[in-house]
Amino acid sequence: MKLIDEKKVTSGMKGRIFRNSLFKNIFLLATLLCLLFLIVLFWRILSQGLAYLDWQFLNSLPSRKPEKAGIYTALNGTLWMMAVVVPVTMILGIGTAIYLEEYAKKNKFTTFIQVNISNLAGVPSVVYGLLGLTIFVRALNLGTSVLAAGLTMSLLILPVVIVSAQEAIRAVPNSLREASYGMGATKWQTILNVVLPAALPGILTGTILALSRAIGETAPLVVLGIPLYLAFLPTSFLDEFTALPMQIYNWTSRPQAEFQNLAAAGIIVLLAILIIMNSVAILIRNKFQKKY
Amino acid sequence: MALPEERESHSVRDLIVLKKNNRKKKAIEKLVPKLLLLTAIVSVLTTIGILFTLLIETFTFFQRVSLFEFLTADTWYPFSNPGEYGILPLISGTLRVTVIAILVAVPLGISAAIYLSDYASDRTRRIIKPILEVLAGIPTIVYGFFALTFVTPVLRTFIPSLEIFNALSPGIVMGIMITPTIASLSEDAMSAVPYSIREGALALGATRFEVTMKVVLPAASSGIIASIVLGISRAIGETMIVSIAGGSSPNLGFNVTESIQTMTAYIVQVAQGDAGYGTTIYYSIYAVGFTLFLFTLAMNLFAAWIARRIREEY
Repeated sequence: MKLIDEKKVTSGMKGRIFRNSLFKNIFLLATLLCLLFLIVLFWRILSQGLAYLDWQFLNSLPSRKPEKAGIYTALNGTLWMMAVVVPVTMILGIGTAIYLEEYAKKNKFTTFIQVNISNLAGVPSVVYGLLGLTIFVRALNLGTSVLAAGLTMSLLILPVVIVSAQEAIRAVPNSLREASYGMGATKWQTILNVVLPAALPGILTGTILALSRAIGETAPLVVLGIPLYLAFLPTSFLDEFTALPMQIYNWTSRPQAEFQNLAAAGIIVLLAILIIMNSVAILIRNKFQKKY
Repeated sequence: MALPEERESHSVRDLIVLKKNNRKKKAIEKLVPKLLLLTAIVSVLTTIGILFTLLIETFTFFQRVSLFEFLTADTWYPFSNPGEYGILPLISGTLRVTVIAILVAVPLGISAAIYLSDYASDRTRRIIKPILEVLAGIPTIVYGFFALTFVTPVLRTFIPSLEIFNALSPGIVMGIMITPTIASLSEDAMSAVPYSIREGALALGATRFEVTMKVVLPAASSGIIASIVLGISRAIGETMIVSIAGGSSPNLGFNVTESIQTMTAYIVQVAQGDAGYGTTIYYSIYAVGFTLFLFTLAMNLFAAWIARRIREEY
């Protein structure tokens, strides 16, 4: 008795092999389609905006006349905002990660903090905007200042910073800690002199990636009521400001083609900043990340 | 290393005792965990802040507009007098864009995940994966700009009846945006399927495609579903693409070629305008934000629950 009906197998084989190669190509095509989209996106924005991108564009105040308009205030505003976001997220993010990885006992409270952090990462950015509007802009009366926006942005990217810092700290082998204890170091000395230096490349990579998200994020700023148009620079953290994505949003929502080209030029600057930051992050990871 | 002179006579034991009694160090060791705990509490306070803010302001809103009207009325005209606050049109707008995004992202994302996990060589994967991730890192304002100034005009040459603001164009662009999320999480799930199972099927004479469809996909199904649910959650909460390219006309229905308004776009529209503090319109953005928050929270919890199930299997 034969277990396999040879005729049936051979007759079906051709179609099966055909389907196999057909779908292989479909899967490949779908992947390439995403890449194609990316190419079209970059090509389109470069071809629209490159002509407007010059030194004057970077150095001019926003203007009603497209040929005179620039992103000077917006770029400065973004830098001011990041001056708040960088220290706040670094201190809170790394502090939380150290606490959770090195000090926290495995109890319900710790689990709660951990679950809470991963849930916060899924909250839409516009909701963070509402939080900032109520707490920072209204209740603390900071108005649409650099500080209010910076704090809102910090809370938004905090979960990402915490999780990546936790992963970096967790990757430091226990033998290093034990060696440090063996030399008579206290827990905090061990963390400060052994764990953190070893985890630093990983922490920095994750933090830079999170910061690049804060630079491009627009929705919370709109909800806070950050002005779309501002002709002066902030001189303190309590001053009003506008940011690069707000300026791009402003130009995008105008009907004239010139302004849309300006928006494209602004997007080129924004993407350039993000690409530089991401490259630095990858460089740090490849160069300094030790494999234990 | 030379010790200070008065310590020279100390034995190691004395040094240890000396060190243990160093008050300053003791204080630091006790203080640090407390300070670090405070930083960890900030994330808890953020959650409490979000819930508190949304609940309080939403409560004020429902003192002026009945919950029944909010949930069942089919018109959203806050700017008329008296305003009409039925959230269904906003939900309908959000769902239309989300469904389009998912129709784009699921086939693309899962195909890419299958290709990367089961077909691509190691080298190809190392090149393609980071490029795909770039799509996830592009700010949404850029996608919004692209949807309005490129995708919509292109679509209008095929569909003349398409309005300048519509659900289709932002939906497609959003789909591309969440594709890397779905692809990357699905690929993780598929790569976690043990290779021995694939080899078993291949040895029985199955083709690669049959192995993928009948072995890998079912085994990785919880991870794939979780990735899709997360993708939906991101699409629901996405703001700038729909604000720029979706329009601001809340309406109920299934038409994707006309101007719509999503929940997120409404919040942006009001926040941008001068809805005075204390007006019903001002409070309405919190009610809408709360609804949005509930939607995404439910999705995220669901995704986490499904993803947990996969770990029990292998």
